[in-house]
Amino acid sequence: MEIIVCVKRVPATDSKVKIAADGRGLDPAGVEFLMNPYDEYAMEQAIQLREKAGAGTITVVSLGGADAQKELRQCLAMGADKAVLLDDGGKPNDGCSTARIVAAWLKTVPHELVLCGRQAVDNDEGQFPSRLATLLGFACATEVVALTLDGKVFRAERDIEGGREVVACPLPAVISCNKGLNEPRSPSLKGIMAAKKKPLDTVAATAVEPALEFVSLMLPPEKPPGRIVGSVQELVAALRNEAKVI
Amino acid sequence: MSKIVVVADARSGRIKKPTLEAVGAAVDLAAKCNGSVVAFVAGADNAPAVADLQKSGAAQVVSLRSPALASYSGDGYAKVIHAELGKHAPSVVLMPHTAMGRDLAPRIAALLDAGMVSDATALHFEGGRFGATKPVYAGKAYRKYLARRAPFVATLRPNVFEIRSGGGATTTEVAASIGAGELLAVVKELAQGSTDRVPLQEARVIVAAGRGMRGPEHFGLIEDLTAAFGPGVGAIGASRAIVDAGWRPHREQVGQTGKVVSPQLYFAIGISGAIQHLAGMRTARCIVAINKDANAPIFKVAHYGIVGDAFEVLPALTAAIKAAVAH
Ligand SMILES: Cc1cc2nc3c(=O)[nH]c(=O)nc-3n(C[C@H](O)[C@H](O)[C@H](O)COP(=O)(O)OP(=O)(O)OC[C@H]3O[C@@H](n4cnc5c(N)ncnc54)[C@H](O)[C@@H]3O)c2cc1C
Ligand SMILES: Nc1ncnc2c1ncn2[C@@H]1O[C@H](COP(=O)(O)O)[C@@H](O)[C@H]1O
Repeated sequence: MEIIVCVKRVPATDSKVKIAADGRGLDPAGVEFLMNPYDEYAMEQAIQLREKAGAGTITVVSLGGADAQKELRQCLAMGADKAVLLDDGGKPNDGCSTARIVAAWLKTVPHELVLCGRQAVDNDEGQFPSRLATLLGFACATEVVALTLDGKVFRAERDIEGGREVVACPLPAVISCNKGLNEPRSPSLKGIMAAKKKPLDTVAATAVEPALEFVSLMLPPEKPPGRIVGSVQELVAALRNEAKVI
Repeated sequence: MSKIVVVADARSGRIKKPTLEAVGAAVDLAAKCNGSVVAFVAGADNAPAVADLQKSGAAQVVSLRSPALASYSGDGYAKVIHAELGKHAPSVVLMPHTAMGRDLAPRIAALLDAGMVSDATALHFEGGRFGATKPVYAGKAYRKYLARRAPFVATLRPNVFEIRSGGGATTTEVAASIGAGELLAVVKELAQGSTDRVPLQEARVIVAAGRGMRGPEHFGLIEDLTAAFGPGVGAIGASRAIVDAGWRPHREQVGQTGKVVSPQLYFAIGISGAIQHLAGMRTARCIVAINKDANAPIFKVAHYGIVGDAFEVLPALTAAIKAAVAH
């Protein structure tokens, strides 16, 4: 099976947010960037599927700037066979342009299964997987927490409000991976050495304009400090009379 | 005149709060742009949902019916909804940010080649353009977007927008032309949790606990406080630390890699308040922290705090809540 894994380079979730001088973006100075945590589940799932099938190729792809080569190398060290950087110089894309650019590139490579993360933790959009499936005309299951392949049809489980649903999702497919699906492995020393010899190609991204304008990035309004109360009676009275929530 | 279409999440056959809030948000947006609101619902039998939507403030309700839509199929639903949208030429398409909205709205956006904002907490109409603001970077910032072209699609965070009401909506029945053979991915089974449990994202009160509870055997204290609010009100939440430790199930995890919740009242008990946890709950209307460490970061986002040992505070708090709720 030809498996594509989509990974995005994102700021570490515990990094401090400073607004860039233009008021629109994140000031990257001092911010640590890493592989989107949900994409680690996608990468792990790809390896497990290849192991089970005993055959198959894993190609990992990232749309971004040259610095995303670091995350692509990490995937090669985990076990991907090859990596492709769709280089757009690191300019901001929205869900619409990202899906269209990656879909255009997919036309040039064999693919039967695309694995993604549930959402990229920079903008927390969660749009790309089902957008991509729609553009490709593929079946899709999102936010998957359990996955088995039976012949040519996946049995994918996802949590919904108050329960869990089981989706029958035939190949070719796009699957977005949620926490709980697996335990991502760390690259071994041997993997890291092997990754240096694996192909990492750079391809110029197709030019697609985002459908959205990124108008501004703002810090949340300062919240006045909360009140430390001395007793549960005082707390319950405040919840009832001030906050009016009980 | 602009048309705003709200696509309902009617998975259980009824319309729940997040969809009614999305219609409410559409009504408020329509007032700004002199627009009108149309609510869509797709399924095999939409009668109960249509009845709910008629009172939601929408001017028109469109019921897309086909036996093939009896269970949810993202591609199938997107196809029939997109075909119907063609007749309405909307400026904006909204859905609640529920499991269905998160799956379906991006498909509709892709078919429309439209820009989309997920999990929006505000909608805009400025200089003839539509847009939205949403939390980004684990809730440490907000980003504002405006669409460069119409239509614009957004999913809306539950518990943020006001429900409006109205009557006299016209209803249009549409026999959707889709056959079961055209569907790709289809829901085959639905394992509902026990019915007395409120889904985390719909709970009005969440009692969340962390490593400060010392072990799964002490969760009777957390269950008691949750139950004190009465049936159908509260749900239990958990930090990732205790989910990873196996004390609580994944579905209860709140935070960046768990669920994003916005209840009226959120208790953080023995939770330190790591940024990834805050990402999932900082828009709750009222946050109460109980922690024995006065310097725990959770107190920075809490509206009220008790510095103390959870094992001492909880029984007294449960009794006091029970007494207050009884009045
Ligand atoms: C990529 C990534 C994603 C993550 N996603 C999430 C997520 O979605 N959700 C999430 O929650 N975390 C997430 N985390 C983990 C997060 O960073 C924290 O490790 C976690 O939230 C800590 O859980 P905790 O507060 O229960 O435990 P701790 O940090 O150990 O805090 C325990 C608290 O309990 C208090 N305490 C101890 N005993 C008592 C007592 N008797 N009475 C009262 N208080 C007491 C202590 O003072 C302390 O503040 C993520 C981390 C990463 C790196
Ligand atoms: N620029 C990108 N390059 C490669 N994959 C991406 C990119 N953006 C998003 N994805 C994939 O889509 C998933 C969901 O992202 P998003 O829709 O941006 O929240 C991510 O977890 C990735 O698997």
